[in-house]
Amino acid sequence: MKAETITGAEIVIRSLQKENVKFVFGYPGGAVLNIYDAIFKQNSFKHVLVRHEQAAVHAADAYSRATGDVGVALVTSGPGATNAVTGIATAHMDSIPMVIISGQVPTHAIGQDAFQECDTVGITRPCVKHNFLVKNIKNIASTIKKAFYLAATGRPGPVLVDIPKDITAETAEFIYPENITLRSYNPIKQGHSGQINKALELLINAEKPMVYSGGGVVLGDASEALTEFVQLLGFPITNTLMGLGGFPASHENFLGMLGMHGTYEANMAMQECDVLLAVGARFDDRVIGNPDHFLAKPKKIIHIDIDPASISKRVKIDIPIVGDVNLVLKELISTFKEQKNKNLKVSGSGWLKTINQWKSKDCMKFEDDGTEIKPQKVIQKLHEVTNGEAFITSDVGQHQMWAAQYYPFNKPRRWINSGGLGTMGVGLPYAMGCQLAFPDSQVACVTGEASIQMCIQELSTCKQFNLPVKIINLNNRYMGMVRQWQEFFYGNRYAESYMDALPDFVKLAESYGHVGMKIEKSSDIESALKEAFSPKLKERLVFLDFITDQTENVFPMVPNGKGLSEMILADGAEDL
Amino acid sequence: MRHIISLLMENESGALSRVSGLFSARGYNIESLSVAPTQDQSLSRMTIVTSGSDEVIEQIIKQLNKLIDVVKVLDLHDGDHIERELVLVKLKANGRHRDEVQQLSNNFGGRIIDSSENILTIEFTGTSTELDNYLKSFNDSLIIEIVRTGASGIGRGDRILKI
Repeated sequence: MKAETITGAEIVIRSLQKENVKFVFGYPGGAVLNIYDAIFKQNSFKHVLVRHEQAAVHAADAYSRATGDVGVALVTSGPGATNAVTGIATAHMDSIPMVIISGQVPTHAIGQDAFQECDTVGITRPCVKHNFLVKNIKNIASTIKKAFYLAATGRPGPVLVDIPKDITAETAEFIYPENITLRSYNPIKQGHSGQINKALELLINAEKPMVYSGGGVVLGDASEALTEFVQLLGFPITNTLMGLGGFPASHENFLGMLGMHGTYEANMAMQECDVLLAVGARFDDRVIGNPDHFLAKPKKIIHIDIDPASISKRVKIDIPIVGDVNLVLKELISTFKEQKNKNLKVSGSGWLKTINQWKSKDCMKFEDDGTEIKPQKVIQKLHEVTNGEAFITSDVGQHQMWAAQYYPFNKPRRWINSGGLGTMGVGLPYAMGCQLAFPDSQVACVTGEASIQMCIQELSTCKQFNLPVKIINLNNRYMGMVRQWQEFFYGNRYAESYMDALPDFVKLAESYGHVGMKIEKSSDIESALKEAFSPKLKERLVFLDFITDQTENVFPMVPNGKGLSEMILADGAEDL
Repeated sequence: MRHIISLLMENESGALSRVSGLFSARGYNIESLSVAPTQDQSLSRMTIVTSGSDEVIEQIIKQLNKLIDVVKVLDLHDGDHIERELVLVKLKANGRHRDEVQQLSNNFGGRIIDSSENILTIEFTGTSTELDNYLKSFNDSLIIEIVRTGASGIGRGDRILKI
């Protein structure tokens, strides 16, 4: 049978249909007009019109984080593509599977400094897993197939496909490949069984074991396997910022988040352990602090990761296991069950007792006299009101850390934030992506008055698509984290961190057709949240502007370049 | 430590900039880089001369392997190998210099590939060190222009890089 002959633009659409794409987040422009015309004529996926291309990529990114599917964004050439770059870099740093389709000027105009031309493939090269410029209509379908395959397999990441306008108008046969293999790309899936046996032996004989898991567990859908394995061993475990929800926070073995703003017990256990099992985590600077200090206490490290380049990048690894974290954990479980010697050395070592002593320090305690609004309390109440079941997105800064610290996640893919790139402005578009993916779920965007203004225009998108996101604005009139560093390390010189000339957020929300609330008293926190999440406002976006204590800081804190155990604690005592 | 890394990559536009971009983005040293298609027109072979600690070289190789267009990577430094570099030198060769230049180039196995009244152009092949030494044999004032290719490397005997 002869394949159907259709335009390049239609090939793009049909290819997306073949990939079962449900949402495309985008913004039209000259170079993608043919593609938009083809979108007009189809109804297999929904196009979500954002107000800025950055938000299109963030929303598609969040859709992927929440569902596990590949997120799709569509932007035009030149400024459309450059606006998308922040979103692409954000997804790249957190290994989020995405396909970004960008329009390009016609092939004959490439290199002529044409209107709205930029070297999109060149500009995005360092912040994508891979990218393509399609120069022939015959290659559109196979390139899109490759893009989805690359985005979702191995260590996931964003893949960009740049398509010149002229080939979207030409016609060709539509043949979508069923399968694709690339001779240069063969991600490892199964872990090496010899390494797995060695790792188990080390874990069984560990006197002071510790498990540290990251975003790889969430991305690799390995939460169940991780939970089972940790339960079998009875080991203490911590999650990175990206790994929250990968292990249930309410579990007794969970020590909370680690790192720069991690708990006392998690950081101390990381520092003092004799065997560390790292799962889908990458030992980054915000997580282990100074690597020399981290290794000063000798420990054996087992590292499970799908990316060989993550092994021994910042810290020398004793037993690397390269593979899909879920498969490796499952093999660890079955191998452990077959073991004759299941006498774990940790049981007689007193390690768990030591950890309980660290826990008793109660490092997350905060002062609250019930007058000024404490941001931590807002998050605690948010957790209560939503029964811990909401999708929580955040922007970047103090509020992000408080959300991570005071909203315990029991499930993966519920905590959506920019961990690697630390992109202010992601919160609202992230909430849009989550709400579209799960229209009946509660979605809250925890943000600050500085971050929210970086993508505030998306309030309009939320109106158009009826997205009843609840915005929890922790408004302390400062770029809080900048202010905190200036207080601690720059002699209280608050250079340009005061947020002057703020809008009236209530009126702003109302002008977009939403509901606005201003909350100034601590005693009103709960009632405001209850109202926002009440059936009455179920269909509405509610902007809750909490006027919070300006001087509140995030504790514990490991100062930049210091060791994990060198924390500044809330009571001011530095623990060394 | 100096390393010479050979790799095979898809002969696609932009492939070279993915490799060079990797080195600059991650702050790796790059002494020279040479690239050309192989007998299989779909593949390019690249030779990179770099330096770094064992840990850095290990990372470089992993990061190169991570590039989607890279098919295979081999650190030639890990075993017996041969490396060669080509230099073209344009030398002043007028009057009394001419005989001296001719003799020097022949002594070291250089080959005159172009000659005009006042200028001789010489081709010389060897390891990078041999090239350095060869060039040192000429008085600086005689050298008009130098062009070096950067090293190409290949494993000895049955040490083969192919797909």
